Formats: sequence, C-alpha cells, structure tokens
Amino acid sequence: MRLTSDEQAMLDGAGGPARQKAMDLLVRYAEALGAEAFVDTNNVAGVPGSSTLFLKNYYQQHAGQSDYEAIYSLYDLDADEIVAVPRANAYCCHLQGGMDPDNWAELGMTEDAHAHFQQDEAQVAARGIQILKTCTPYLAGNLPVKGQHCAWMESSAVVFCNSVLGARTNTEGRESTSAATLTGKIPDWGLHRVECRYGTYHIEVGVPVTSVMDWGLLGYFIGYAVEESIPVVTGRVSQPDLIRHKHFGAAAASSGGVEMYHIVGITPEAATPEMAFGPHKPVATIGYGKAERLQMYDRLNSVGHDPHVDYVMLGCPHASIEQMWEVAKLLEGKRIHGGCRLWVFTSRSVKTIADLNGYTRVIQDAGGLVMTDTCSAISRAVPKGTKVVALDSAKQAHYLPAMVGVEAWFGSTEDCIQAALNGRWNGGLR
Amino acid sequence: MSAKTIVLRGRKVVGGCAEGEALVTKETISGWGGIDPMTGTVIETHHELRGVSFRDRVLVFPGAKGSSGWSNAFHMTRLAGAAPKAMVFNRMNTKIALGAVVTHAPTVTELDQDPLAVVETGDWVRVDGDRGIVEVTKRR
Repeated sequence: MRLTSDEQAMLDGAGGPARQKAMDLLVRYAEALGAEAFVDTNNVAGVPGSSTLFLKNYYQQHAGQSDYEAIYSLYDLDADEIVAVPRANAYCCHLQGGMDPDNWAELGMTEDAHAHFQQDEAQVAARGIQILKTCTPYLAGNLPVKGQHCAWMESSAVVFCNSVLGARTNTEGRESTSAATLTGKIPDWGLHRVECRYGTYHIEVGVPVTSVMDWGLLGYFIGYAVEESIPVVTGRVSQPDLIRHKHFGAAAASSGGVEMYHIVGITPEAATPEMAFGPHKPVATIGYGKAERLQMYDRLNSVGHDPHVDYVMLGCPHASIEQMWEVAKLLEGKRIHGGCRLWVFTSRSVKTIADLNGYTRVIQDAGGLVMTDTCSAISRAVPKGTKVVALDSAKQAHYLPAMVGVEAWFGSTEDCIQAALNGRWNGGLR
Repeated sequence: MSAKTIVLRGRKVVGGCAEGEALVTKETISGWGGIDPMTGTVIETHHELRGVSFRDRVLVFPGAKGSSGWSNAFHMTRLAGAAPKAMVFNRMNTKIALGAVVTHAPTVTELDQDPLAVVETGDWVRVDGDRGIVEVTKRR
C-alpha cells in the first residue's frame, strides 16, 4: 500500500494512540481488500462505540472494563488495548440504534439497557458525532452531493448515496466507519473509483412499475438477479420519487448486495445507456415481467399463512415526512383493531415535524405508536405475543420473520393500514 | 486407500493457519439478519444452509451479501466462540474483507481453482493465510 505522509504519521502514532489503532485497522482492511491507497473522507455514517448488553458483559468479563472507550478500542478498532478516544476528526453521524428514547419499555427493553443507551449517547454527543439515529441520514440533515467521498454503513443508505445522490461510498461496516471517524480515511477501492461505477447487467422492465410496492418488488427481483453487481434499469418504469428510490434500493440491497444502480434517464450517472455502462458490454439482459413480479410477491409472502394480523410495522427504511403525512391521512378518525398493534418508525428530525403537523397525534389517537431511532429488525422487538406481522417494506419482510420467528405478509402501505384497522390481511397483487 | 490432497493457491486476506472440516455453500451469506452470531447458525429463510452452524468449521462460500452489519455479525461470532475456524471465498467486497479482518480467522481468496468446485462439505481443509495456501484432503 502507498501511504501518504499524514497517513504514515498517524500509523506511527503522531495523532495519538486512538488514531494509530484506527490507521492500523484501516491498513489491515485495505490490504485485505487489495486496495493500494486511501481516499480522504469528511462524511462518515456509522455506529461508533454503540453497545449491546452482550458487548458490555463480554468486555466487563474479559477486559475488566466495559465503558464507551473500552468498546470503541477493543471492538470498533479491533485493538489489543484500551485507549482514550478523542473527538471525531471527520464529520460523522450516528445511524440507527437499538431502542426508542421514549418508548423503550414498549420495545421490551430493561431499565438497565436504557441507562446504557443514555450513557452511550452522551459519549457520542461529547465527541461531536451527530445524533441522527436513523437509517436515512439523507432525510435528517446529512445529504452528500455528487462526487463526494463518504464512508457510510447501512446498506439502504449506501445504495441511495451512490445511486440517487451520485456521492461515493462502499458498504462500510461498524469498525471501518469508527476508524474513519478518527482518521478521515477509507480505502480507495470499489465505488470510490469511476471505473467501478459503471453498470454490468441490463434489466429490462416489461411491466409498468409505478407504486411503491411495485418498486419494492422490482428491487427485490434485481437483488436476486445481479447479487452485488451494478444493474442498469430501462423500460416501463415511471419517474420514481424519494420514497420509491428508498424502497427499491433497500430491497435490492437485501436480496442481493446492490450498492449502486442506474436507471437510464433518471439517476445522475445514467443520462444515456452509454453513460451507464461506460466501457462495459452488459453481462446479460434480464427481463422483468408479469411472471417475475408474481414470483417476487409470492416469495415475500411465503412466510404468511394466518390471515389474523397482530402487528403492523411501517417505516423501513425510516419514514419520510411525506410518508408520515400519508399514514396520518389513512388513519384519521379511525381506530386500529383491538387485537392489532401499529408501530411507525422514523428519525427524530422527521418526528419533530410530524409532531408539529399533528401526524403523531393522529397516529396515536388511532391506537398506533410513532417510534424513532430503531425498527423491529434492528431492535429484534415486536409487540408481545406477535405471531403475524404485516409489512410494506420488502427489506423488512426479507429479514424480520427469520430474526424474530414470526409469520409475515408483504403488501402496500394501504393494505397494511387496512390490516391494522381490521386485524386481517386482505392484501394482494393488484 | 490413501486420502487425496489437493492444493489451491491464492492471496492472503487474513494471516494465520487453521484447519478443520469444510462447510461449503454455493450461496452467498448475509451477516446481520442472515446468521445467529451467538451460535454461528445460518438463519436466512431461503438459504440452503439454514439451520446449519459454521462454528469451528472452515467456511467455503462465494462471498458476503446483504447488510453493512456483516462485519459486526461475524465479529460477534468470535466473541461468542461461534466463529468459523477459517474462511475461503471467491468474490471480494468490503463486507467480507472487513468481516474477515475482525473475525481474526485465517482467510484466503483469488484461488487458482474454484474452491466451490473442489471442496465438499466434510473434506478436511487447512488454510495457511500468510502463504495464501488451501490444502484440501478429500473425505472420499
């Protein structure tokens, strides 16, 4: 690897022990990748130093210390000793976490776990890390621009960052983002490089794709079809809005590992097919038609059997203010079925606006709850006794049933709200 | 009948030597949401290894997919004593590079033969991460 003089100095300890450990991890990581250099970044999204009770107990037992610095050193930086962790060097925001700051008891969290959560958050704030606490940092104040080098975690945010915004990030992990926060460095590999951003598969859409649900189904199909390659989408797709991009990208990143997509005429690096493919010839052209759409719908609903729905979860990825407005409209003046719960997840900044606009109140008056910071999959928390859940997110439908052992139905937001009101799943592919 | 040994040569991802029984899958593996880090068991709904643990096995697979929590999930398997002994894979990405580094399991990639075609579950596999060598002793 080629190291610049400032990188070598950090590795030699000139920036203090924490930056030295961070550079050491980044060098090991870059060499594992086969990267030859680092790129500077001043936009990091991660979960620096956050901890679960498992981590706290583990380090208390094995290192005799389980505070923020112990976990940041031994776990985040994979270091062999505990070092003092200074303030962030690069602009960094904290992504989603394990619990809602107010409704943690509803999520089944203990007072102990909540106390730890508050301590961690104080440490994060003290180090100048922005407490956005969301999987949608781009809706909460961190909006990178085209060409900007970032170091982001959270697959749904990564795919949005690359594809919709034209900024550049690989799918980073907890340890690499924590190290980048201290050093402002990340391996110059993959999507940081222009030659790695061209499409390799051509996806030809033969059926109209307009609704949010249909964008989710298409994304889910593409993830299976291309795994982590870069798809170039053409055909019968309508102009997507932010919600559709969000659901599409999250789905493609879940069934495969799509980190970037092009939609010809729509996304910033795909004005034409030539621009999207660059020097590549498509490896294959894959059609998406009626049969594929049905297959994806059936696959997402393969773990749904019992029509009695006892939990409806919305807000994966975290709801935008537009989605909060839509949910409030669907619920206004209505009452959720006695045997069913509704939780809507969003970021703290979006909830602030939802509070101001009265949407939170409308959802609560209908019997639902608005939560922030987390989601059922991240916190592994569903209402007590949940057996059957309804979801409008292909991503959540992909992960949640296996993670918490429930049946799941996937459908439109309207179908999910109807299920919450009736306690029965009546959705379908329309 | 003497056991047949095949040697594959590749590139170091993580150094060190380890050996064990192979667990082979032709499907990529999700970290967060795809495995239970406490037991090393694959939990992904449609995965061919669903319900199978890689704890103390040599995991041979195409690569990593899914959430950015991949490294964190595999990192946790190390703490929980449920990590694979070693890893051999084909397709590099940031998830697996970082995951292998923090799992501390000897790991090799870019092999001169496709490990998924050579290694079968149950074979005995020795991974020398530093030299990038994978020795496969066929079970039969």
